[in-house]
Amino acid sequence: MRTVDTAKVRKAVEELCLKANFELRKDVLRALRTALGREKSARAKGILRSLIENARLAKAKRIAICQDTGMAVVWMEIGQGVRFTGGSLRRAINDGVKAAYKKGYLRKSVVGDCIIRRNTRTNTPAIIMTEIVDGDRVKIEVSPKGFGSENKSRIKMFKPTASLREIKDFIRDVVMQAGPDACPPLVLGIGVGGTFETAAVLAKKALLRPVGKHNLNKSLAALEKELFDEINALGIGPMALGGRTTVLGVNILDYPTHIAGFPVAVNVSCHATRSASRTI
Amino acid sequence: MIPKKIHTPLADDVIRSLRAGDEILLSGVILTARDAAHRRLFDMLKRGGRIPLDLRETAIYYAGPTPARPGRPIGACGPTTSSRMDAFTPALLESGLAVMIGKGDRSPEVRRAIKKHAVVYFVATGGLGALLSTKVKSSKVILFKELGPEAVHRLEVKDFPLTVAIDSKGNDIYDKAGWKKQ
Repeated sequence: MRTVDTAKVRKAVEELCLKANFELRKDVLRALRTALGREKSARAKGILRSLIENARLAKAKRIAICQDTGMAVVWMEIGQGVRFTGGSLRRAINDGVKAAYKKGYLRKSVVGDCIIRRNTRTNTPAIIMTEIVDGDRVKIEVSPKGFGSENKSRIKMFKPTASLREIKDFIRDVVMQAGPDACPPLVLGIGVGGTFETAAVLAKKALLRPVGKHNLNKSLAALEKELFDEINALGIGPMALGGRTTVLGVNILDYPTHIAGFPVAVNVSCHATRSASRTI
Repeated sequence: MIPKKIHTPLADDVIRSLRAGDEILLSGVILTARDAAHRRLFDMLKRGGRIPLDLRETAIYYAGPTPARPGRPIGACGPTTSSRMDAFTPALLESGLAVMIGKGDRSPEVRRAIKKHAVVYFVATGGLGALLSTKVKSSKVILFKELGPEAVHRLEVKDFPLTVAIDSKGNDIYDKAGWKKQ
């Protein structure tokens, strides 16, 4: 057994929240630059240029990339050989989020419940996703998720005999319905298979994979590339004001499913798709 | 296109001169209000009351900024999704509001109301929080302080970059963008 002090987790979560909110991911920034080279219209180019400048300013001045600093989604891959010491892991994670959102002057966007809607003023509780893995390491990944794009996400339970065309049409429709509201160019996280909630979790997890890296399964990688081309051919463009760049990346994750089902979840994410990770 | 510089409060003839697609640099005073503040303002109007803002004199910006670091007027302050305010907007326009700023398209009801009252709806680029913060000279919470990030902030802006999305004639930039929602 390897022991890990939860104080270390708290500190890591705090630092990762700050990094994710101030420093746009390198893969996303690279994709924005590539898109700039591909665009023809002055308006689309202008928007992409301003997004790249925004990322530069955010990092240099420690201002959040976007004012929607999100709900903090904290992914924990916990090696089964790890024993935590130093108190509650859940509290350590929430304390890390709380400290980051206070010290980093990040927006507190969490309300205590859906009905009364009183702001908790700490941006907690975080969404905590745990997975038990082999080994004795702890991988922590923080992905602050804004709700302009989150609100446009959808899930559908297809028949097992559904064609690939039907699946693609559904995903394309999600992007069309999102329109300008989700802040395109988007990153799409797509979860396929498992059960209802597995597909949704996979869709969100797919957003953690660097844009431009494809699924190791060849048929899924091909689907990612086809969706990328077909959606970019729609002409929606940056901020839905027309252009060749509607998605920066399409990331699919899958899991085995039931003979009767074919769940497909699409987690829509904006051009400020954020995350940061560390292994302890 | 060289952006046109305009200053709040916008006179009727200035509003009428704007066309969907025009790029604008806006200076002057704007007030932030998003979901919770809209709910409250709408409820005040519905009860027949007066609202504690001069809607005729102001522009409403759908935004909830991050807190300011010491020495800075504001944190990141990009726009939020306008369509979430659609249900409340016609009542505010009826009460004299003439300038709205947000991101994204609007409902058919809001589009009709914009044309009817000959007002204007601007969009800012979503997710441009850090850059837009440099265009804000001062910020002060003036209403609904208890709403935290959703409180009404009075912002003084200089050359805030916007695009006219729906003009006073009802022309809509998203109709011209070369793609259609299905």
